[in-house]
Amino acid sequence: MPSANLLFQALASGLFMGALYGLIGLGLGLGWGILKQINLSHFAWVFLSAYLTYELKTRFGIDPLLCLLILLPVFALLGVLLQAVLAKFSITPFNSLMATFGLTVSVEAFIQLVWSADFRRMNSHYDELKFRLFGVIVTYSEALTMLLSLVCCFAVWWVLYKTDIGKALRASAEDPDIARAFGINASKLSLALSGACAALACCAGVCVALTFTLAPSQIFAWIGVIFAVVMMGKLASAWAPLVAGLVIGVSESMTMALIAPTWAPLVSFTLLILILLMRRSHD
Amino acid sequence: MTKRLMPMLAALVLAILIAGPYVGLPAHLQSLLYVIFFWVSLATSWNLLSGYSGYFSFGHGAFFGLGMYGMATFATKLNLSFFPSVLLSGLVAAALALVIGALVFRLKSIRGESFALITLAVTFVLSTLIVNTPIDGGPGVYLMGVSTPAIGPTAASSFYYLGLGMAALCVFSAYVLFHSKMGLGLLAIHDDEDVAEVNGVPTFALKMAAFALSSFLAGMMGSIHALYVSYVTVSETFNINVPLTVVLMSILGGARHWAGPTLGAILITLLLNAFTDGSSALVGRVVIGLILTLSVLLMPNGIWGSLSARLRGKKVQIKGDPLSEQSHADPRGRDLLSERTAELAIKGVTPVGTKVVLEVKGLTKQFFAIKALGGIDLKLYEGEILGLLGPNGSGKSTFINVVTGHFSASSGEIQLLGRDVSHLSAHEIRKSGISRTYQIPRPFNGLTVLQNVVLSAQYGGSGASESQATEQALQWLEFTGLSDKAADLPDALNLHQRKFLELARALAARPQVLLLDEVLSGLTPSEIDLAVQTIRLIRQRGTSIVFVEHVMSAVMALSDRLVVLDQGVVIASGAPKEVMNDPHVVRAYLGDKVEGE
Repeated sequence: MPSANLLFQALASGLFMGALYGLIGLGLGLGWGILKQINLSHFAWVFLSAYLTYELKTRFGIDPLLCLLILLPVFALLGVLLQAVLAKFSITPFNSLMATFGLTVSVEAFIQLVWSADFRRMNSHYDELKFRLFGVIVTYSEALTMLLSLVCCFAVWWVLYKTDIGKALRASAEDPDIARAFGINASKLSLALSGACAALACCAGVCVALTFTLAPSQIFAWIGVIFAVVMMGKLASAWAPLVAGLVIGVSESMTMALIAPTWAPLVSFTLLILILLMRRSHD
Repeated sequence: MTKRLMPMLAALVLAILIAGPYVGLPAHLQSLLYVIFFWVSLATSWNLLSGYSGYFSFGHGAFFGLGMYGMATFATKLNLSFFPSVLLSGLVAAALALVIGALVFRLKSIRGESFALITLAVTFVLSTLIVNTPIDGGPGVYLMGVSTPAIGPTAASSFYYLGLGMAALCVFSAYVLFHSKMGLGLLAIHDDEDVAEVNGVPTFALKMAAFALSSFLAGMMGSIHALYVSYVTVSETFNINVPLTVVLMSILGGARHWAGPTLGAILITLLLNAFTDGSSALVGRVVIGLILTLSVLLMPNGIWGSLSARLRGKKVQIKGDPLSEQSHADPRGRDLLSERTAELAIKGVTPVGTKVVLEVKGLTKQFFAIKALGGIDLKLYEGEILGLLGPNGSGKSTFINVVTGHFSASSGEIQLLGRDVSHLSAHEIRKSGISRTYQIPRPFNGLTVLQNVVLSAQYGGSGASESQATEQALQWLEFTGLSDKAADLPDALNLHQRKFLELARALAARPQVLLLDEVLSGLTPSEIDLAVQTIRLIRQRGTSIVFVEHVMSAVMALSDRLVVLDQGVVIASGAPKEVMNDPHVVRAYLGDKVEGE
């Protein structure tokens, strides 16, 4: 039986991992729920952003948080452009998955072309600075990830539930045609939302760069668990992905600590299967 | 024509491929072709369930991987020889599919992306189990020692022929299934599963069978591939690569056609092989990704789908001006009907019989806290037209949904000719003789008008053969005036024609009882006249009818008896004139003096 301290440490690392899962799932779930697109390129944006952060930090010594400010508008624009193209075609959710898969393959190959398939690890002072919380050692990178995740979730919640734009978005998610009939400019909203989702991906990318060793093939390694996060919560929700992410993150880290790291996926995916099986349909 | 041409072409290609190694096909081409056969097998087997029925599985890697590890286990640990190992691997994969299917195929909540996700999750669970148990244990399994049967002239040709055999088996299965009654049922599930079930398609059984077959073939291909790579690891086997690639190949080629995945597999494998060395391979991948994106955007139904749509478009053009055709349609239909009604007038209208066809006793339906039906008793006599009335939300549609088995009754009994059918599933109820139409027509949009009706004749009635079913379907199309639309897709029909397609589809099952849900709503007065005459003719053929309608003139003209529902209970029944003057009925429609504002 591992010591209590080790368990606490595992709990903490699970929470930070979960916060990152939630942050990546947040943008994906918004696009899925409101735009009805299963946007695989979300993962490509996350890693592109991570690599760009790595590049800016390693080559020019720019602070990762400053990188975030520089990259956010770039990625928002990317998201808007993607939606501008996709909107030209009436596309089913499944075909959106296919179309963005092609894009993701391209981006992965592009990343490999520029940065090679070697592992890259960004060194920053956020990793070296640590503090103790209830006997658990926390790096600034981890704390920053948690903080960014909470801020993003709060921002999305605030926009969705406290503004007119949010009301319009929720209405479009429920019934796009009726929403349009009530004078909601759906195409403009879609552009904005797609931009916001890409910006969220950019934000997650900075966090990935802070805490992970990067490799191009990692893009596809995250898909399974993030899908689980998105589907466990409600689509197009602000807090559900974070909660689902935390549940999965903690259950994984606990399995790693108590049993063996190789058993970790079993917990999250079994959980996902059970949740899907027990979810009731509407009749 | 294409129906004859395609198999001949396929046989020719197969003959050339079989001859290949004997006439000096170079070894590197043989191995390239093996890779193509490999992907053709996986993509085509995936398509049997997912492409036809629309249940997109992201778990094809699980069945393929189970086949890989099946071979690794049976051949190295249990020392079985090659062919039994292949067969057993396929069976294990099929068994897993049946377990998953039994769990999820009855749940309405697991369709679309939920199914994709649950199958993906199964893949990762399986890989975790295998890597942590003696099946693999972590380091992977070597299969160097397993002997492969020598087939063909050279050592390399063994796998070439094994791959070719699998590909041929998969494509053959896909072809046969596509042209069978089962294939038609799967395509209908793709378009609208609930309607397919109500039209007599045993949806659960079909999905199970297709899933098992699909996984069986994937498992066999996996077991052969394990020997081809001769070293099996979990990370190389159970990654996202296999499911995404097969989905992509099928979508690119066209998932609703048996040859679509083959086309997609060949194209993508060749594309991937066009760029092989170093950095040009990466540039190649960038290009391939973009090509995929563009082709999905520009051809959402795949190459095959776009092709057949274009062919259909040409056919329609040849037919000539759609407007002039439309203006002809109505008078012709009326002529036909007036002939028939004249015929009937001579025979005279058969009186309503005394035999009870449908008897409903104490039928209730509860949705959570809401009581939609609160104990309904109702009798329908042979040859009767029973008008079922009631304000919106009174339970008329729920009544139809419960009687046809779409919803199960909370309590009560439904007897058809004295036999209790209340616990049967929707497709069994359809087979036993109750048909319905939908207020808003719900045709299978991917099937032609004729296929829509053929499906109903094949599944709904008493097991007609394909040619019989087609013949019957053509008769029903003639009866409803849709003969010249037989080859069109339902999208090409107007509302009136779509409602008549609903009728034709319901009638093709030769029902004892026909439940009509607002067939007249939204029709023009002349179309209503036509419909009313048609309904009389249907009754004349011995079918008893429950007629839910708001068009009062038609109700009064057609109904032998009226039953009025309000808030889920019968508030009046009897002869039409009496019922309409009943104070309860007047109040239900117009409200009390106090309530009315």
